[in-house]
Amino acid sequence: MSIQFTLNGKPQTVDVNPNMPLLWVLRDTLGMTGTKFGCGMALCGACTVHIDGEATRSCVTPISTVSGKKIVTIEGLSPDRSHPVQKAWIEIDVPQCGYCQSGQIMSAAALLATKAQPSDAEIDDAMKGNICRCGTYQRIRQAVHRAAQLQGAPAKAARLGMEESAEQVLTAETVEVGGAA
Amino acid sequence: MSAGTGFSTGTTVDRRSFLKTGVGGATGLVIGFYLPGRFEALAASPAGSAAPAALNAWMRIGADDSVTIMIDKSEMGQGIQTALCMIAAEELECDWKKIRTEFAPAAKEYFNPAFGMQGTGGSSSVRSSWDPMRKAGAAAREMLVEAAAQKWGVEKTTCRAENGVVLHEATKRKLTYGSLAEAAAKLPVPADVPLKDPKQFHVIGKSTKRLDTPDKVNGRAEFGIDVRRPGMLYAVVARCPVFGGKVASFDATKAKAVPGVKNVIQISSGVAVIADSTWTAMQGRRALDMKWDEGANANVSSETISKLFAERAAQPGVEARKEGDAATALAGAAKKIEAVYEAPFLAHATMEPQNCTADVRADRCDVWAPTQFQTMAQGAAAKICGLKPEAVFIHTTFLGGGFGRKAATDFVIEAVETSKAIGAPVKVTWSREDDTQHDYYRPASYARMAGALDADGWPVAWTTTVACPSIMNLWFPGSIKNNLDPTSVEGVENLPYSIPNILVDYQLTETGIPVGFWRSVGNSQNGFFSESFMDELAAAGKKDPYELRRRLLNKAPRHLGVLELAAQKAGWDKPLPVGRFRGIAVLFAFESYCAQVVEISLNRSARTLKVHRVVCAVDVGRVVNPTNIAAQSESAVVYGLTSALHGEITISRGRVQQTNFNNYPMLRMNEMPVIEVHIVPSEEKPTGAGELSVPPVVPALCGAIFAATGKRIRRLPIRPEDLA
Repeated sequence: MSIQFTLNGKPQTVDVNPNMPLLWVLRDTLGMTGTKFGCGMALCGACTVHIDGEATRSCVTPISTVSGKKIVTIEGLSPDRSHPVQKAWIEIDVPQCGYCQSGQIMSAAALLATKAQPSDAEIDDAMKGNICRCGTYQRIRQAVHRAAQLQGAPAKAARLGMEESAEQVLTAETVEVGGAA
Repeated sequence: MSAGTGFSTGTTVDRRSFLKTGVGGATGLVIGFYLPGRFEALAASPAGSAAPAALNAWMRIGADDSVTIMIDKSEMGQGIQTALCMIAAEELECDWKKIRTEFAPAAKEYFNPAFGMQGTGGSSSVRSSWDPMRKAGAAAREMLVEAAAQKWGVEKTTCRAENGVVLHEATKRKLTYGSLAEAAAKLPVPADVPLKDPKQFHVIGKSTKRLDTPDKVNGRAEFGIDVRRPGMLYAVVARCPVFGGKVASFDATKAKAVPGVKNVIQISSGVAVIADSTWTAMQGRRALDMKWDEGANANVSSETISKLFAERAAQPGVEARKEGDAATALAGAAKKIEAVYEAPFLAHATMEPQNCTADVRADRCDVWAPTQFQTMAQGAAAKICGLKPEAVFIHTTFLGGGFGRKAATDFVIEAVETSKAIGAPVKVTWSREDDTQHDYYRPASYARMAGALDADGWPVAWTTTVACPSIMNLWFPGSIKNNLDPTSVEGVENLPYSIPNILVDYQLTETGIPVGFWRSVGNSQNGFFSESFMDELAAAGKKDPYELRRRLLNKAPRHLGVLELAAQKAGWDKPLPVGRFRGIAVLFAFESYCAQVVEISLNRSARTLKVHRVVCAVDVGRVVNPTNIAAQSESAVVYGLTSALHGEITISRGRVQQTNFNNYPMLRMNEMPVIEVHIVPSEEKPTGAGELSVPPVVPALCGAIFAATGKRIRRLPIRPEDLA
């Protein structure tokens, strides 16, 4: 069955079993392995992608259900690690083994798109579906708060006359996320 | 009873040195870093004059000034890639920004001196690489300086190396490493180059960002499960749910009818379904009609195992430690305390399920795997293929968690057997259910404890009888003597307290359930047993658990150091807010020391618990990368907390009852306490850090619950009724 959708901003057509989960279409059919397999039952969040902006577990999402939708994976979050969440993750040095981090980052990015300054309780709620067996939760929490700061920085910096540090944050991707906030 | 697939690998293990590290013993065997002739392991580097020059087995310098460090330990999150580069860079005096890394192939040059084979485990990486990597860096630096001196026609002593260049101060000339590398590589390798005085360190000891973070925030880091090869097929394997069982018969008709399924074959661990995608292979497996011969373990259950342990622990075991006369002291004691402790089997639950990609040809075999033990994987593959180990090329990827699970070769064997049978490259992927139900589990264990107090409440005798399966017996048959597996008693055998009469003995008790190295190994359960029982002695003698430990650690200064640091940072001498409770524990493991204070609150009517804060003090000798020691400690605390709050693998009819994260849960963000890590400054040699902080959090947590409820937790995991 031929299914069309938008993947990381580009039109994509696949011809696969309509029941095949999006995760395996991404990984095995399209060779985009940044999205990870962890449980196959939406229990761990390693496979999290954005579907029309919403954090979604791709391991339980049949490909037939994404027809016509906009999908963003970790590979498409930014072309150059410039998304505020990626910048914060690098600054705080969050990952250890790193396997769950694509999913963590996609969940955090979706959270920050709707909550500009999430509280700890809101972070708990948005991130508790993502397991990290290395236990990087403390640094994830710090990095989400830091990403919120970075995300807020462009608008603030524009008012202050564009500091250099803020200018680096101000890329096409961050403006889009910041604008949605 | 047999636990099923063994570890016939064709690789000889130096069991003595393995045992030494397996129990956290001293390492320090140093292999020569200077290798005869060309560096065979580096032969894969591109041919031609532009090829980077290999100065030794670990360091290659390109004409573009890039410095490639061969990472001969597996990077599974513990930060070893960055730590090894830091150690190398300190002596090499290279430009940090020019460092690249490659994971080393399986080769003798990269044997872990702690194991006598290539492998990562036992928290041995920094301590086993410390000397070789420093010496390699220093020798390579001297070769670069010598090459510059020769080029300039000056005395070598008038030149020095700094940040990737060699300088001749007098004439203000300088040459980059890249321009010197080819000439340097032709020079003889100097022996006994003096190493830096640690006072001169400018890399080691400075918090340094991980080199792998950038590729772990955009999906680019390649884990084993991400490997793709031209013409590769995908496979999953149906395995007997009962340990030690095997295929009786199977009908593949329906599986083969699933569109995309290419083949169904029997391999040693079960039946492999090969397809055009992982998901298709899973659909095919579901359609398989399997008949199993369940074998000798079909009636084993958690209850039968527990009963067996109790019977065995009622008898004296093999003595692991004997001081004084504990029996007499117990008989004549003013007060005697007895207790039985139990810990369950635990699965590792690496986030990346087991997987391996293999391409078996007539004359060579390539294996891409997230493996901790490269030469065991190589030996296993060679045996299957009928090839020499040198014809098996192990390509180590990033590991999506290891924790000891990926030391095993079961997933490698499956991929190699399948590729050999179908004549095509194939990736075998395990589902989460496969991973949960076919692990090498942390051994379930049972300990009969007794203690004696004098009239003033001070401990005068301690006995422990441990009954549990042996890891070493399964992994390295014949490697233990007198049925005493050191990994079964570590964490209690090395009790640090000044108690005059101590007896620790061991009843090796096989269960049929495969066991393996689980982060912190025997310390994970024995740390819980020993430190919880220490709290029992404190309570029985009406002593403060911290003060009792302090007094009895009078001959253990480094234990005392971390204990006092943790207590001080946690404010042990200050009262807690109403409703808060705390516990404390201290442990030696992997040659390092850790103490933790855990602070909790309870809702006794709802039978729920909140862990608010964990204060963790560690002494790991000289620290290479402080921020990473903090990260590893945080990680280990979460690993330990997960086991205490959620971890239990139960057995029924010879099979594991848990399947996935719904019934084998992990700690999540909403349960995460604040963790504070404090590092004792030290100039001692570096020691283990990746596993150290797993065990103490468990007894410290149980001590806090006792402070709140007056109930002692002697069986893990903690259950709601324990909190009432």
